[in-house]
Amino acid sequence: MSAEDWQIVWFTAWVSALSTLVILPLGLAAGLLLARRDWPGKSGVETIISLPLVMPPVATGLILLKLLGRRGALGGFLHDALHLDIIFTWLAVLVSLSVMSFPLLVRSVRVAFEEVNPRLEQIARTLGASDLRVFWAITVPLAARGIIAGMILAFARALGEFGATIMVAGNIPGQTSTLSLAIFQSVQLGQDSHAFRLLAVSVVLAFAAVWASEYLARRNRAPL
Amino acid sequence: MKLLLQRICLPLKEFTLEVDVEIQGQVTAIFGPSGAGKTSLLDLVAGLRRPKCALIQLNDHVLTDTARGLKVPARSREIGYVPQDLALFPHLSVRGNLLFGYKAASNSLFRFEHVIDVMEILPLLPRGVTDLSGGEKQRVALARALLTAPRLVLLDEPLASLDLKLKAKIIPYLCRVRDEFHLPMLYVTHDPSEAAALCDEVLVMEHGRFVRQGEPEGIFADFSTNLAADGPSRRWNG
Repeated sequence: MSAEDWQIVWFTAWVSALSTLVILPLGLAAGLLLARRDWPGKSGVETIISLPLVMPPVATGLILLKLLGRRGALGGFLHDALHLDIIFTWLAVLVSLSVMSFPLLVRSVRVAFEEVNPRLEQIARTLGASDLRVFWAITVPLAARGIIAGMILAFARALGEFGATIMVAGNIPGQTSTLSLAIFQSVQLGQDSHAFRLLAVSVVLAFAAVWASEYLARRNRAPL
Repeated sequence: MKLLLQRICLPLKEFTLEVDVEIQGQVTAIFGPSGAGKTSLLDLVAGLRRPKCALIQLNDHVLTDTARGLKVPARSREIGYVPQDLALFPHLSVRGNLLFGYKAASNSLFRFEHVIDVMEILPLLPRGVTDLSGGEKQRVALARALLTAPRLVLLDEPLASLDLKLKAKIIPYLCRVRDEFHLPMLYVTHDPSEAAALCDEVLVMEHGRFVRQGEPEGIFADFSTNLAADGPSRRWNG
């Protein structure tokens, strides 16, 4: 493994971790709302959140490209107001990983919140706790394993993301090149041994993440 | 204590809870078969359900008055609630459960050490609640409710899941709570012996309505007569 390869591994790992942290607050809020509230249009919101799971990643990437490009609604605003360009930068990688892994996080978080006995939260209120205290002292700790399992799944999904990323971030060595993009490029250039080295690293990272997620999910199902 | 439950109207699955009663007993049993609406009534008093209409007043404090759009939130009612499943927080130790709602009370009756002493749970403090026996859990749940220095305690069939031997052990603790803390209590049960041992007033509930109110001796003398006359179909076995 060359220094450039390790840079790719490092970049992929930290931008995947950062994307997981970025989507966590919104994922918690969305999971809680879907688990505990009913409102008109709820199924529509659920469907929109799940879309990146079922749409071709390049299609999601195309939507992001149109949205975040200089002539896009959001990208144009960011360029004019903050002189900030997202497309073909590491920020584009962050955005694509976040969008693609968000549905997995929300699903896990939702199930985790659904498994918390609402009676415990009610009794906590009779003990004088505010809604915020009930959430942080009762709901989140009891759902913690499911939330962590969801974060690991989201991280693993981000590690392997390809289609949306190449649409919005390209494959710029040293700037936007992730493990998946680098493997693809190596194969395209006929550098199979290089591709296999990167593949081995991908397998180790993905295996560790999924194993940890399964382990936590199993512990979450066991009675407390 | 004076607890007013007036114009209560709460639609449930099979019937509507309709109650209009004034409760003055120190320890009042709400007695009736399973599914009569007893737990729903306790939830209303605790502020955990929103009624269609109700006036709930404890002494001078109006807790719910739908006519005025008033509903004091559960956290501000100062009502201790021991539900049937106890709802001990499984991720906290016994000490963590007890301290969750503890108010360093100006009334020394509700000091942490005193409550722990009365309930005899000092050796349990470092343990996890999942490691406790049924009787220990009952005492911890009761102590947790007492440590909030409540103005009223709601007990929802606290002994229902215990065998006869364990019930006999727990009832003296409940009597001690009654005698030591002088707290008004609403005690839901379908066991006449529990109600007779603890309560000075009994309200009989069937299908969401109170059908009788009186002292335990009178109520249970009639109940025994009816039981003998109606046979096993009359037996309440929640």
